[in-house]
Amino acid sequence: MAYTETEVLAGLADIVAEETGLDAAEVQLEKSFTDDLDIDSLSMMTIVTLAEERFDVRIPDEDVKNLVTVGDAVSYITKL
Amino acid sequence: MTQLTTSTGPAFSRIVALGTARGENVVSNDEIAGPIDSSDEWIRQRTGIVSRVRANPETTVIDLAERASREAIERAGIDASEIDTVILSTITYPHITPGGAPVLADRLGASPAAAWDISAACAGYCYAIGQADALVRSGQSKYVLVVGAEKMSDWIDPTDRSISFLLGDGAGAVIIGASQTPAIGPTIWGSEGSGAELIRQTSSWTEIREDESLAFPTLVQEGQSVFKWASFKLAPVAREAIEKAGLTPADIDAFIPHQANMRIIDQMVRQIGLPDSVVIARDIADSGNTSAASIPLATERLYRDGQVKAGDVALQIGFGAGLVYAAQVVVLP
Repeated sequence: MAYTETEVLAGLADIVAEETGLDAAEVQLEKSFTDDLDIDSLSMMTIVTLAEERFDVRIPDEDVKNLVTVGDAVSYITKL
Repeated sequence: MTQLTTSTGPAFSRIVALGTARGENVVSNDEIAGPIDSSDEWIRQRTGIVSRVRANPETTVIDLAERASREAIERAGIDASEIDTVILSTITYPHITPGGAPVLADRLGASPAAAWDISAACAGYCYAIGQADALVRSGQSKYVLVVGAEKMSDWIDPTDRSISFLLGDGAGAVIIGASQTPAIGPTIWGSEGSGAELIRQTSSWTEIREDESLAFPTLVQEGQSVFKWASFKLAPVAREAIEKAGLTPADIDAFIPHQANMRIIDQMVRQIGLPDSVVIARDIADSGNTSAASIPLATERLYRDGQVKAGDVALQIGFGAGLVYAAQVVVLP
């Protein structure tokens, strides 16, 4: 099933909070995973994998580098 | 009508004894951080490695294998001549042929034991345990010497940021023999050749022969993809190994995964759903990634630290280049 942008953002925020200990409210569309949320490459793969399970989508490894901001990820997942 | 006689063997096999050998030199993160423009903090945070152990230049992979094997043979209380099968798992023996196992068997005084190498990278130790278990229970072999031995430091590029800085040298050996009780569970193993490029030799030997600009080959990996595969895809394999052994996660005393990266180990523990009571092998912090040697080396470390004892039940899982993986539950010797 397709998810709305709001649903994906909320789900991603939960996943990021769980992986990093950050407050879910800090996970906003314009935030950069690396520069703003201090998420390294391995944590990013964990977040992507958990997002795949949560939203029942597949995100190829080669596409992960293009997901710079939270908004990039939300947009990617909602368009799948 | 002519009828063949086939071999029959004991109902069960076990690990009789363990021996190990580590490289002679402790190499700190600071010593290797420069050429990869990194730092002790970055390496610890990404890998959990504080230092790795590497062998002297003149030490060969067979030297490491021999040291570990002699210790295992002595602890088993058998004579080397009683070993009828030698399986050497290595990806760092620098000969396409002959294999290292016959050389090792000869050095140990185990000739004319059947002897062969297997190439299953970081899963090789568990692959070899699976082979040895089957050989003993079929009656084909009485005592199998299984050795995981690697001199990874011969195959690294100091400027490589993908895998070289993780790698260490060492060997682990076990004797597998008959048992009165079940002590090696079914091996759950497999491969995913579609991921063959994820951990690889930089160039093949024939490519190097035909292109003089190519450097001596080293190992490289796609670290993020390997992390995702190992951390999340292999938990069902580990759970199946527990289930096929007739156990539940609560029955496991120790989890001894291939020591690839502390972050992978942590995530595997979560994904498998191991209870807090399970001791987790974390030898990677001081030994680095020693490929086929890492599980027996990590086992030895758990004994040394008083975290396991003879009779404890351990879940071990190897995984690596191929991609290949294998897991089984064993009773520790």
